[in-house]
Amino acid sequence: MIAGMMISNATRFFRGALATLCCSLLVACGGPTEADRAVEEGILLIGNGSEPKGLDPQLVTGVPESQLLRALMEGLVAPDPNDDLAPAPGMAETWESNADYTVWTFNLRDAKWTNGDPVTAGDFVYSWQRILSPALGAEYAEMLYVIRGAEDFHAGRTTDFSQVGVRAIDDRTLEVTLEGPTPHFLGMLMHTSFLPVNPRAVEEHGGMTDRQSGWSTLENYVSNGPFKLKTWVTNQVIEVERNPDYWDAATVQLNGIRFFPIDNVGTEEAMFRDGRLHLTHTVSPDKIPSFRAEMPDKLRIEPYLGSYFYRINTTRPPFNDVRVRRALALAIDKQLLVDRVTQGGQAPATGFTPSGIAGYPASTAVQYNPDEARRLLAEAGYPDGRGFPSAEILINTSESHRKIAQALQAMWKDKLGIDVGIYNQEWKVYLDSQSQLNYDISRAGWIGDYVHPTSFLDIFTSGNGNNDTGWSNAAYDALIRRARVAQAEDERMQILSQAEAILLDEMPIIPIYWYTRVYLKDPRVQGWEPKLLDNHPYKYVSLRAG
Amino acid sequence: MLKIIALRLLQGVLVLLAIYAATFFLVAMTPGSPFSSERAIRPEILAQIEAFYGYDKPALERFWVALVNMLQGEFGPSAVYANRSVTAIIAEALPVSLHLGGMALLIALALGIPAGIVAAVRRNTWLDYVPMSAAMVGICLPSFVMGPLLALVFGITLRWLPVAGWFGPNYWILPAATLGLVYAAYFARLTRGGMLEMLNQDWVRTARAKGVPERRIIFRHCLKGGLIPAITFLGPALAGIISGSFVVETIFQVPGLGQWFVRGALNRDDFLILGLTLLFAALIVVMNLLVDIAQVALNPRLKHG
Repeated sequence: MIAGMMISNATRFFRGALATLCCSLLVACGGPTEADRAVEEGILLIGNGSEPKGLDPQLVTGVPESQLLRALMEGLVAPDPNDDLAPAPGMAETWESNADYTVWTFNLRDAKWTNGDPVTAGDFVYSWQRILSPALGAEYAEMLYVIRGAEDFHAGRTTDFSQVGVRAIDDRTLEVTLEGPTPHFLGMLMHTSFLPVNPRAVEEHGGMTDRQSGWSTLENYVSNGPFKLKTWVTNQVIEVERNPDYWDAATVQLNGIRFFPIDNVGTEEAMFRDGRLHLTHTVSPDKIPSFRAEMPDKLRIEPYLGSYFYRINTTRPPFNDVRVRRALALAIDKQLLVDRVTQGGQAPATGFTPSGIAGYPASTAVQYNPDEARRLLAEAGYPDGRGFPSAEILINTSESHRKIAQALQAMWKDKLGIDVGIYNQEWKVYLDSQSQLNYDISRAGWIGDYVHPTSFLDIFTSGNGNNDTGWSNAAYDALIRRARVAQAEDERMQILSQAEAILLDEMPIIPIYWYTRVYLKDPRVQGWEPKLLDNHPYKYVSLRAG
Repeated sequence: MLKIIALRLLQGVLVLLAIYAATFFLVAMTPGSPFSSERAIRPEILAQIEAFYGYDKPALERFWVALVNMLQGEFGPSAVYANRSVTAIIAEALPVSLHLGGMALLIALALGIPAGIVAAVRRNTWLDYVPMSAAMVGICLPSFVMGPLLALVFGITLRWLPVAGWFGPNYWILPAATLGLVYAAYFARLTRGGMLEMLNQDWVRTARAKGVPERRIIFRHCLKGGLIPAITFLGPALAGIISGSFVVETIFQVPGLGQWFVRGALNRDDFLILGLTLLFAALIVVMNLLVDIAQVALNPRLKHG
C-alpha cells in the first residue's frame, strides 16, 4: 500500500516534470536555427575536420590548419575566388619577373599587422629564414627549395642566409631569386608555407627557431589577413572576426567565421541537418547516394587536385617485373569502381597527375584492357594466374579504403585469376610499413600543393622521401631535372609529360582515381566556387538570406 | 578501518607505478612516431625535431626523466599540439569530463536505483516487467547506437536539444543521458537483485508478522543491504563511464579528456598518453577506494574482515 503510494507520488512528480520540460523545450522548437541566426549576423559556420595542431604557418601541415590560416593570414599573393591559376594581389600590390622567370620583384602595399606593425619586405625575409632554419624543424620547408640556395641552408650546408635568394631591397620591395625558371612560382606562393609571420611577435615569445614559441596562441596571435582571431575554445570552436585594419576590408563581407573542429563525420552531418553549419568538411562516402536524392541542392561534388593510387613494391618479386605491374593496372575497371564503389563523382585516373591543370593535358596511358593484362601476366610466367605467389594489399584502416581494395581484389581474381589478400594497419604503422618498403601493394593518395604537374611528378624521382616504391629511373630523373631549367613553359610541360609517360610505362604505381571534394553547403553561402586546391578565399564569401 | 584505507592507498600507488611503466614501454615499442606523416621529412630535420622533444635519448633514460618530472607534477609537452603542455590539456579537459561523468552517474543512480527498488517491491507486476525490459534493452544498446539515436530523435526530428557541442546546459543533456542510461540499466538490475535478496530474508517475514509497516521494512531494514551490489558496481561503473566517454565525447563533440586520449594514441603523443592514462588510473583507484569504504560502512560483516 505504502509502496503504491510512493509510486503514485513519483508518477505524479514525473508527469509534472515531463510536462514542464516539454513545454519549455517546445518553445525552442520550430524557431530559427543557429545557421539562420548566423546568416543574419553575417557569420559563416564551417565544419573544419579536427582540432588544429597549431596556427603557426611555418609549422602546421594539415588541412584544418590551412583553412584557418587562409582567413587569418595573407601572403604576397592570395587565391583568386574563381580562377585556380591566376593569383589575386595580397601583400604584394604588383609584381614582375625577369624574362626567364628566375628573378621576381614584389612591390608591397601599405598593410598592417594586427599589432600595428607595418608589413615589410623584411618580414618575408625573416619568415622564410625561419621556416628554412634547420633548428625549427619545419616539415614543409622543402616547398621553399625553389628559391636559390634554400636547400643548402635548410640542409645545414651553409648557415649564411644572405646566400639564399631572398632580399629586401627596401621596406616595400622584395626580390626573390629562384633556382630555375619558374613561371608557376606565384601559384606556389599561395601555399601556407610561404606565409609571413610578425617578427616582433615571434621574437617576444621564444625566438625564431622555438617550435613551442607562444606567439601563435589566442592571446598573442598577430596576423595580417582579412580576419583576426577572436576565440579559440579547444575541441569546440575557433572564431575569427573581421579585421578592420585589413587593406582590403571593404571587400570582406562576412563579419566572422566559426570553425568547428568535428572529427566525427556522423556528428558533422547531424550538425548540418540540425541547422548548425553552413558548410561541412566532408560527408560519409556511404551516404553520397542518399544525399544526391535527398538534398541535391546542398550536396557539392567538385574536382580536387589529388590522385588516389596504389604503390607497388618494385623490390619484391613478382612485382619487380614490369609486366606484372602493368597487368595489375590494366585489369582494373576504374569506371566501374568510381560508379559503383566510391560514388563520389571521382574521375577514373588514366595517369598520375590529375586532369584540370591548364597547359598539361592529363595522360590517357592507363586504360582498362583485360586482354592485354592477361597476355602480360602470361608472358611474365603466370598464365591465368597459375603459380602467382601470394601477395597482399596494405591499406590504412578505413572502411572506404577497404571497399576499394575489395573491388580490386575481385577484379584481379576475375580477370587475371590471381588471389591477393587485404590487410589493414593503423595510420602511423601503415606509414612506417610504407616508408620501409615493408609491403607488396599499398594504398596511397597525393594532393597537390600547387597547381602544376611538378607537385606530383617530383615525388617519384630517385631517393625522394615520398617515393616509397623502391623504383628509380635515370631517364625519369633526368627529365624532371631538365624540366626545372626549361626556359619556356610549354617546353617544360612537354618534358614533364615525357617523364610521366615513363612513370606510367614502368608503373611503380597504379593510378586509380582523381579526387573530388564532396561536402554539404547551405545554398545561402555565396561566392564559394569550386577550387582545385580547396583554397576558397574567405574575403569574397557572403551569406544571403532566403 | 584506517588500516584498510592505508593498505588500499599503498596498493593504489603500486598499481599506478606499474601502469605508468607498462604504458611507457608499450608506447615506446609501438611502431610510428608523432612526427611521421604522409610527407617525408629530411632525416636531419627529423633528428632536430626529435632532439627538441628528447626522443633522441634511449627509452630507459626517457622513462627515468619522465618519471622524475611526473613525480614533480610535470607531465611534459604535447609533441603534436603546439604550445600545449599535457598539464594544460588536462586542466582544460578534466573539468568537462568530470562534469559529463558526474551528470551521467547522477542520471544512472537517479533512474536506476528507484526503478530497481520498485521492481523488487512489485515483483512480477508490470512495474517490474516494464523497467526491467527497458533495462535489458539499455544494457544491450552500445552508446554509439544510443547516442546517434537520441540525437536523431531529440535533436534533428523534435529539435528540442542541440546535437553536438558543449556550450550550455541544454547541450549537456544528450551526452549525459547517452552515457548515463546504460548504467541506469545496470543499477536497476543490481538494485532489484539486492533488494529481492533482502526482502526474502527470514527476519523480513518476522518483521511483517510483527506488524512493522512495509515502508519501514523497505527503507529502514532492507535498503542498506539491498544497495550493496549497486555500490560495489560504482567502481566499475565509473571506469566504464570514463572509458565510455571516449565514444560519447566524439559523437557529441564534448571537449573532454576522451577526445584527447584517442588523438594522443593516434598521434603517438607519448607524454599525452602517459599523462592521461595515469590520470584515469588514479581516478579509478580513488573511486574504488571510496567504494571499499562505503561497503565497509554499509556491511557490518566486513568491518572485522
